Amino acid sequence: MATAGTRESVGVQESDQIISRLRQRLQRVNWTRTLVLTVAITFFAVFTLFPFGWMLLTSIRSDILGMSKAPFHVTSDELTISHYRMLLTETKFLLWMKNSLFVAGFSSVFAIIVGLLSAYSLGRLNYKGGGTAALVIFATYLIPPALLFIPLSVVVRFVGLKANSLWTLIVVYLTFLVPFITWMLSSYFKGIPKDLLEAARIDGASRLQAMVLVDIPLILPGVVSVFFFTFTLSWNEYLYAFTFINRATKLPVAVGVVNALQVGDIYYWGELMAGALLGSVPVVIIYSFMMDYYLAGLTAGAIKG
Amino acid sequence: MSVPTKMKTKATKGVEVWCRFTNWCGIRLENETLLGYMLLVPTFVIVLGLVGYPFLLSVYYSFTDKTVGGSAPFVGLKNFIDLAKDHIFRQTIVNTFNYTVTAVIVKISLGLLMALTLNEVKLFRRVLRASFLLPWVVPTSLSVLAWLWMFSPQYSVITYIARQLGIVDHAIQWYAKPRLAMAAVQTVNIWRGTPYFGMIILAGLTTVPMELYEAAIVDGASYLQRFRFITLPHIWPILIVAALYSFVRTLGDFQIVWILTKGGPLNRTHLIATLAFRTAIQGKALGKGAAIAVFLFPFLVILIAMQLRYLRQE
Repeated sequence: MATAGTRESVGVQESDQIISRLRQRLQRVNWTRTLVLTVAITFFAVFTLFPFGWMLLTSIRSDILGMSKAPFHVTSDELTISHYRMLLTETKFLLWMKNSLFVAGFSSVFAIIVGLLSAYSLGRLNYKGGGTAALVIFATYLIPPALLFIPLSVVVRFVGLKANSLWTLIVVYLTFLVPFITWMLSSYFKGIPKDLLEAARIDGASRLQAMVLVDIPLILPGVVSVFFFTFTLSWNEYLYAFTFINRATKLPVAVGVVNALQVGDIYYWGELMAGALLGSVPVVIIYSFMMDYYLAGLTAGAIKG
Repeated sequence: MSVPTKMKTKATKGVEVWCRFTNWCGIRLENETLLGYMLLVPTFVIVLGLVGYPFLLSVYYSFTDKTVGGSAPFVGLKNFIDLAKDHIFRQTIVNTFNYTVTAVIVKISLGLLMALTLNEVKLFRRVLRASFLLPWVVPTSLSVLAWLWMFSPQYSVITYIARQLGIVDHAIQWYAKPRLAMAAVQTVNIWRGTPYFGMIILAGLTTVPMELYEAAIVDGASYLQRFRFITLPHIWPILIVAALYSFVRTLGDFQIVWILTKGGPLNRTHLIATLAFRTAIQGKALGKGAAIAVFLFPFLVILIAMQLRYLRQE
């Protein structure tokens, strides 16, 4: 833009010189820039991904303790799938996965139903006290399980939930899922136009009818993405599951793998790493398909709307 | 064309059924306020019954000698006086502060660097962004296992690398030395939380108008000046909210310490949550455990109040 101006006042030759000089400078700057960026990218790539690489490498090597002498020297005859085989046949890993699926699935469905209603209320309706209710719900979302696991261990008993029941977890997970969903979906509701709603109202639909038939279908894409996000939140939960479930057959995978593969002072590292990787697969699959929604969910806590 | 028509008739049938049902029930709920409150009922049953009530119960327990399955005899301030005398508890408070403040500051700094880096990258930006966030995505309890293995006394790959680089000449006892153990649990927390800040700040960076940078470059501002006077003011609100959120989460952290060190060595990595768990669930002293956990509350109140005030301002 700047060069276009100079081209008229000074001769073409002169302006060409200026451009080439500018280009040279840019190129010089670009070199240091590229170097700095490469170093930074490499650092972050190694920092964030090395543990995963190490998990994978450990899970497919036969002589794990021999790794201490030459950890990075891998020969093909060392490679094995025996850790995975042992994980799947000799431990309750598949059962833990099933438990996690059950808990994460049901808690997300229930939380979505409850959260959708309150999100509609806070995001779509105008009434006194709505703003305060929204703040209370958001504050609830910020209360960490560390403050609640002790009294909840008593409360779930006299609500009638049995010891070592997966339903205990499903109910308890609502405490952080419902506020999260309310927060996410109410901003979705705020973002959709009210034209259709008003048209339906003029045609004689009651508020309840308009809500179910007009507004909720409009945010279904949002509901689906929030469902998967809450699914991963449930899947990853540790403290409540660790506190409330003591029977090995009832553990979700996030606790089962950690608990069961250590016998005395002996760790089964190969199986542990195999279990850690396979136990992460469902959330990574969800994440890879819904990355943009995932990022939106991530920032929801920090950026309103 | 037959499939869409079929779906359409199905949909209109659903509409009809729903309209007839609501009309039949006589539920019209034309009052916006009434409908608004009614829709909040299920959520508030959960908020009050499973968060509010347990919290009050926890405060009550902290004044009693409640045990698992036992009664809750009132003992006044005994639990708190005991805790004040207990050097393990005092150590735990110091640990929790050290852990939280150090980890959050490092997470913000590294996250900022990560965001600034990613913001400059054009090539493979999506792939890089996706893979850098992985530590935050996967179940923490499972990824901590990788770190448990990487820090393990005899087979630590980190020790191996440090040896190869000539930094140390002996095996590093990560779990035996208090400082190293604290550094280890902090490292894992930083590893997990840095991408969170990275992505949030990156989202903030993309909202800064390019014209401002162009104008600053014309005025001859250096990179640092541009960062200080353009970038930072723009991302400041997001940074504050993310930092407060991270403070809350880090303060209540449990699993990293529990899986890595169980609070050792010599209770030097115990956090409020892990000590409360050991006391209340393993030691079956719910009253005393509740008193420990309640210490989180004042800090949470301050952080949550700041967070809410900030959100309200926006």
